[in-house]
Amino acid sequence: MSDVQTNQTTYTDFREGMRDVAPLVIAAFPIALVFGALAAQKGLSVFETMLMSGVVFAGGSQFVAIEFWTQPVPWIALIFSAFLVNIRHVLMSASLGSKTRQMGFGRQMIAFMFLADEVWALSEHRARKTGASFAYMMGLALPFYINWVVVTGVGSSLGALLADLDPSKWGFDFAFPAIFIGLIMGFWQGNRTGMILAASGLAAIACKAFVPGAWYIAAGATAGVVVAAFWADPKQSGV
Amino acid sequence: MLEFFHIDPLVLAAILGMGAATYITRIAGLVLIRYVELTGRTRAALEAVPVAVLMAVIAPTILATGPAETCAAVVTMLAATRLPLLAVVITGVISAAAFRYGFTLF
Repeated sequence: MSDVQTNQTTYTDFREGMRDVAPLVIAAFPIALVFGALAAQKGLSVFETMLMSGVVFAGGSQFVAIEFWTQPVPWIALIFSAFLVNIRHVLMSASLGSKTRQMGFGRQMIAFMFLADEVWALSEHRARKTGASFAYMMGLALPFYINWVVVTGVGSSLGALLADLDPSKWGFDFAFPAIFIGLIMGFWQGNRTGMILAASGLAAIACKAFVPGAWYIAAGATAGVVVAAFWADPKQSGV
Repeated sequence: MLEFFHIDPLVLAAILGMGAATYITRIAGLVLIRYVELTGRTRAALEAVPVAVLMAVIAPTILATGPAETCAAVVTMLAATRLPLLAVVITGVISAAAFRYGFTLF
């Protein structure tokens, strides 16, 4: 009986994950096409492009890598830049990790392979409401992953045809900030959240104005976290 | 057919290295929280992570790109106070397209 119930919950969670990620899969479509086209312009084959999408699965760092792509391939610099661009994931996995302990460390190690921004953000949202299960995270991750690998390959095959494609023309690029705004409002807890937002936003913009590259994300995130720690009541113990 | 799978060794090294670097960042936090006790300020700091990261990622887009993006962000924020997430995303996309078109008229 309990096995049947567990299976049913697993299935429901997986399906709800697929439902929640659907709009983001659509929003990622033009971005994936553009990535494939850019990679083709830099001389990557269709297979190399799809392999990168499948192995790295991190849009931001992939765009940065293609930007710096030259012949011969500066592979050490590319690996280092991927690490820097993705360093925000350390904070993200710590935060989500503390809320998903129930799935066990082994399953966390698997699910967190797919911790793209979108997958992480929706998991955090779910964790706050009902708790995010392994099945739910996989329901988010699989469609998003398959879409990213396949559509970057399509973009690479179409190559030159897509060189002029501009996602911002129709506003599709705004789906990404829009979902982040929606999620931020879901986390809203009064003035304290407002202060964290102000610190993070100001630090990110200031950093972006003076420092090239993706450092602004780490700078903004750190500023927000420091402000939160500073205003916290140190005597309040964890639950 | 085999030609499709041909890959330059340096390209392969770059891809595998980038994948490893990314995976390390994605599990570093998981490993970290096994050794850090979550109380007081540590806990408050960790609880602030979602909001702080989300804002840092989008701040340049919504605050420093142009008036169209900032206006669209405000509309999206208002929508987020009463609509479900999917409707918020649709509102964001439509308002971004509308404001971008609107501001080109001036």
